[in-house]
Amino acid sequence: MSKPLLQVRNLTTRFGDGLGAITAVNNISFNVDVGETLAIVGESGSGKSVTALSIMQLLPDPPGRIMAGEIVFDGTDLAKLKEEEMRTIRGNQISMIFQEPMTSLNPSLTIGLQIAEPINLHKKLPWQKAYDKAEELLNRVRMPDARSRLSAHPYQFSGGMRQRIMIAMALACQPRLIIADEPTTALDVTVQAQVLELLKELTRETGTALILITHDLGVVARYADRVCVMYGGKIIETASALDLYARPMHPYTRGLMASIPRLDEPAGRRLVPIKGQPPNLSQLPVGCSFNPRCSEVVDRCRHDTPELMKFDDKHLHACWVAPHV
Amino acid sequence: MPDITETSLIILPASIKRPNAVSEFFVRLFREKPLGAAGAVICLLFLFAGIFADVLAPYGYNQIMPINRMKPPSWQFWFGTDNLGRDIFSRVVYGARLSVIIGLSAASLATAISIVLGIISGYLGGRFDMLVQRFVDAWMSFPELVVLIVIVAVIGPGMFPVIIILGGFLGIGGSRIIRSAVLSVREQSYIHAAQSIGAGINRILWRHVLPNVLPPVIVLFTTRVGAVILAEASLSFLGLGVPPPAPSWGGMLTGSSRNYMYLAPWMALAPGICLTLVVFSINMFGDAMRDLLDPRMRGHR
Repeated sequence: MSKPLLQVRNLTTRFGDGLGAITAVNNISFNVDVGETLAIVGESGSGKSVTALSIMQLLPDPPGRIMAGEIVFDGTDLAKLKEEEMRTIRGNQISMIFQEPMTSLNPSLTIGLQIAEPINLHKKLPWQKAYDKAEELLNRVRMPDARSRLSAHPYQFSGGMRQRIMIAMALACQPRLIIADEPTTALDVTVQAQVLELLKELTRETGTALILITHDLGVVARYADRVCVMYGGKIIETASALDLYARPMHPYTRGLMASIPRLDEPAGRRLVPIKGQPPNLSQLPVGCSFNPRCSEVVDRCRHDTPELMKFDDKHLHACWVAPHV
Repeated sequence: MPDITETSLIILPASIKRPNAVSEFFVRLFREKPLGAAGAVICLLFLFAGIFADVLAPYGYNQIMPINRMKPPSWQFWFGTDNLGRDIFSRVVYGARLSVIIGLSAASLATAISIVLGIISGYLGGRFDMLVQRFVDAWMSFPELVVLIVIVAVIGPGMFPVIIILGGFLGIGGSRIIRSAVLSVREQSYIHAAQSIGAGINRILWRHVLPNVLPPVIVLFTTRVGAVILAEASLSFLGLGVPPPAPSWGGMLTGSSRNYMYLAPWMALAPGICLTLVVFSINMFGDAMRDLLDPRMRGHR
């Protein structure tokens, strides 16, 4: 096996300090291989987006800070880079797609400028050439009539089209890794599928690795190679996408699966919700943070915090009850 | 390194630029904002009068004709003559030149100071913002006119000091307005997106933040033009503006025109009406321009 493109080791990110401090990401580790699609799944407040911002070194500081851990990208630890050095990586080697296509494009600038900008910035191409590249990119994200669209403003596009523009921007410098933070949450279902299909196809073509952050397990099943499930700032289960669907181990993962409607089940089956609320990150329960909501809780869960344990080489989970070696 | 000069590169290559953005703007100005269009026309008339004062004015601004003292408006002297026998129309036309020069340059200076101070202070936030804003607070707590009078009294009257003082004074106060606009812009996700492509602070400030605070900048500039012309008039009224015999509108309102208020009201009427008209029409034009130039407003008309 070749070396992974991105290795996150024992990353801990905290907001604020003192009594009100919140540990949004708590000692997580994962790898992303070259060309791989890794999905990070979890409910709101589970630490998915903070993980993404930590990798990009874009945490609002203060109050957010990386307290411990390494983020090794292609041999360099991003957490130790100076801001200027990090700027040569952002948008060039790692780029990001945001959740809200309606607000993540600058309303006052033409989309041509916005797509050409990273090319001009990192590849030092003159604007005229960068615009030619931008047109090419718009063609690749199947924007009809790309040339004349370069001079259009974001308000002239629908949500799905804007997210295509965001994808074009993310691909502009041929990055090695794209982080997509809930790229389709704001879009309607048919457009979601088109956008994800396009993203998947383009990353496969170019061999770009993708971190897909989502709360939608349906998206994960179709587009991810591997999955990390996050809960309360920790990774509680990780496996290949196929394996996770076949054998969800952690009660939380199984709860998520049970709460999705499925077409291949008899009509009239009731969905099983996970009871309770997501945990308050400033007052996580002692032991396993899922224990107050867990239907299989045993005594040990209430005082012993489980770390990731192996079920087999590729499938890890953090649960005392589920089978492990 | 990206720097401020790069903002000039925002223009699109000629091949994909919309062919007639400027003419389109004026068509829409006349069609959608008749009041703004009227303002623009009046402003242009005064600008024209200021530039071609030498051709337009039938007499010199200081050409004294003792036999024609305090003549009421007539075909020979359109706006009448003053107590020294100078043609008021000619003086108003030359005064337009002075007002235009002072108004535009002091308002430009003020707006530039407001933009730089407001954008940097608003975007950086934190301790720097605190310091700058307390300085602005202190500055704005001085009574404007009194400070102006003191400064002019120290360095002496004249056009250049008036421009610098008015520009600096209004600029520092106006930075508040820009800053508050920046505060909301900097939390938008397109600014995070700009950070995520690796843009440096200069690029973010001048390319990504500035265009989004342009609407208040335009309003600020146009109201400043009006304010500067008025402030210059106040200074001249107090005898501290551009020294006579230069034909400042403010200066023409005061002095002898006050003494002959009942005998020759036209001496004060003409410059007063011009002053009001210019300030009013600039504000109308500014409002219309803000509405038309904002791409975000175009979507939902």
